[in-house]
Amino acid sequence: MAERADTTGTNPGGGGGGEVSGVDIVLDEVTKHYPGTATPAVDRVSMTIPAGEIVVFVGPSGCGKTTTMRMINRLIEPSSGRITIGGRDNRSLDGDKLRRNIGYAIQQAGLFPHLTVGQNIGVVPGLIGWDRKRIAERVEQMLDLVGLDPGQFRDRYPRQLSGGQQQRVGVARALAADPPVLLMDEPFGAVDPITRGNLQDELMSLQAELHKTIVFVTHDFDEAVKLGDRIAVLGNQSRILQYDTPEAILANPADDTVAGFVGAGASLKQLTLRRVRDVRLGDVPTALVTESPTELRQRLGPRRGRVGLVLDTRRRPLRWVSGPDLAVARTLHTAGRAVEDTVTTQSTLHDALEAILTDANGLAVVTRGHGEYVGVVDIDTVMATIRQLREDYGEDDGGDGTDGTGGTGGTGGGAGGGAGAPAAGGPVEFRS
Amino acid sequence: MSFWDYVGSRWAQLLTDAYLHASAVVQCVLLATAIGVLLGIAVYRSPVGSTVATALTSAILTIPSFALLGLLIPLLGLGVRPTVTALVLYGLLPIVRNTIVGLAGVDRAVTDAARGIGMSRLGVLGRIELRLAWPAILAGMRVSTQMLMGIAAIAAYAKGPGLGNVIFSGLSRVGSANAVNMALAGTVGVVVLALVLDGIYVLIGRLTTSRGIRG
Ligand SMILES: Nc1ncnc2c1ncn2[C@@H]1O[C@H](COP(=O)(O)OP(=O)(O)O)[C@@H](O)[C@H]1O
Ligand SMILES: [Mg+2]
Repeated sequence: MAERADTTGTNPGGGGGGEVSGVDIVLDEVTKHYPGTATPAVDRVSMTIPAGEIVVFVGPSGCGKTTTMRMINRLIEPSSGRITIGGRDNRSLDGDKLRRNIGYAIQQAGLFPHLTVGQNIGVVPGLIGWDRKRIAERVEQMLDLVGLDPGQFRDRYPRQLSGGQQQRVGVARALAADPPVLLMDEPFGAVDPITRGNLQDELMSLQAELHKTIVFVTHDFDEAVKLGDRIAVLGNQSRILQYDTPEAILANPADDTVAGFVGAGASLKQLTLRRVRDVRLGDVPTALVTESPTELRQRLGPRRGRVGLVLDTRRRPLRWVSGPDLAVARTLHTAGRAVEDTVTTQSTLHDALEAILTDANGLAVVTRGHGEYVGVVDIDTVMATIRQLREDYGEDDGGDGTDGTGGTGGTGGGAGGGAGAPAAGGPVEFRS
Repeated sequence: MSFWDYVGSRWAQLLTDAYLHASAVVQCVLLATAIGVLLGIAVYRSPVGSTVATALTSAILTIPSFALLGLLIPLLGLGVRPTVTALVLYGLLPIVRNTIVGLAGVDRAVTDAARGIGMSRLGVLGRIELRLAWPAILAGMRVSTQMLMGIAAIAAYAKGPGLGNVIFSGLSRVGSANAVNMALAGTVGVVVLALVLDGIYVLIGRLTTSRGIRG
């Protein structure tokens, strides 16, 4: 829960598990002028990246995102300006030593092809002098963390992995020595959309546990909205066009350039900011597949148009059934029609809406953990959330969002999903 | 005397010559590798440097071996020194070229990641780039070895060691008994040695190349 780490301290209930292990990063008038170019690639950028947050640099290709990020770990030395990490000037350490304390993950993963997965992950711990046993334990732990079975993957070579698995190993390698800061340069840019979605989800749950300070570069605004606690929308020469929470940027783009970047469908994008677990779930009558159709029919009652769910013995949804279906059914195994699409409590409301729109009953089945049924979401719930989001972020002037009330329509029992939400405002005009 | 009788009667001498031949070639290849890899490392990042280094080492190859040896004798005398010098010079091209190709072919993302997680420049070179370029470098050494096997025979002209002496003695007394047998034994010896060494290279390649990058 609460993958959006609350570091403001004003919402102690919503911070989620784990201590903040990240440290803040401050850029002060940082400039990079590549030799032989007319204009600086990065021009006097100042910003504070709060400890324990995911800050996303988003902007068009060539605007200087990578250059800005690489100055933090000094893969590129700034022409002028100052960067402090956890209050310490990043030039106070030798560059190589500095980088061993900063995780680094990039687009093509950049795994060492001649080393096994385990050896790849163990490189940084080896560089800082851990003994073999500790490294081996850490490798196991990191593979678990990124969802790869150590027994199966530790001794494989990178070319024996899919793109998504390579990215997972890349992240594991970046985090192996437990650095407080993680830099990620379009890490999911080269994988297919479905894998990308999964990797994003995993990064968020990983962050919910670790609370690192993560600087994440992307040119995909939707990715920025999904992952960022804060988004820095960058223009040419890394000029900061807007630096705020995704909610605030979606509701109030600072200028036309940002608005253009936000693109159409801002309200739909806002739905990616809310998770199914943040809303109150509905319920439908259920029966185990081993029960008789008559029992479920009784639970459905006489009202026309009601539907029920058939669950398997481990309470995983199997089939949708209606009263008429049950009237003719001899067993629940074959009654009604199969449940095709489900969402989990981790899914975004955007995913839920999609499931609702494709389901004949207009209901999205919600599961958790090992696929057990927990409830359903309907269109009214989604609409209520959109309405609430409008009220919350409507007249907000793009403040820093530290109020932390974080409530959304139908938030179930203070799940804390809305940490960092700005103060509620009045009604708004909403971009289509 | 038949060829096999001849080989039988001179077995010990032939083995010694074969051993000296192989030993000279292997040592020269190792020396050429040391020089060639260093040269490759020095220039692979610069397109101009790479072109110049490749062009220079190719130019050496165009010098006929007799001529090169002949030119080296006044400078270095007879025997081992002109032989080694000539062999090393001839052996450079495949190694330099393959080192450059191998190093330049390392994925930028890989070296960037290596630097990014805190490896030093030398660490990246030694633990990543050279390891990844190794199959190419080894292939260069193999080509070099094959080439030097033949050229080393000619080094007998400068009184160098090896099977060349057998061949030359044979050729210089054409008409007399065993002349053809001698030349033939030397030549066959060179070919057999080349094949044996080639097999050893395949084995070394298997043993020293990570499964992760083996073709
Ligand atoms: N090593 C370099 N030398 C000269 N110019 C560079 C170099 N690296 C990047 N640039 C230029 O700096 C600008 C910013 O590049 P970059 O930071 O990679 O942008 P982004 O990551 O946002 O796509 C671009 O115009 C690019 O051409
Ligand atoms: Mg970039």
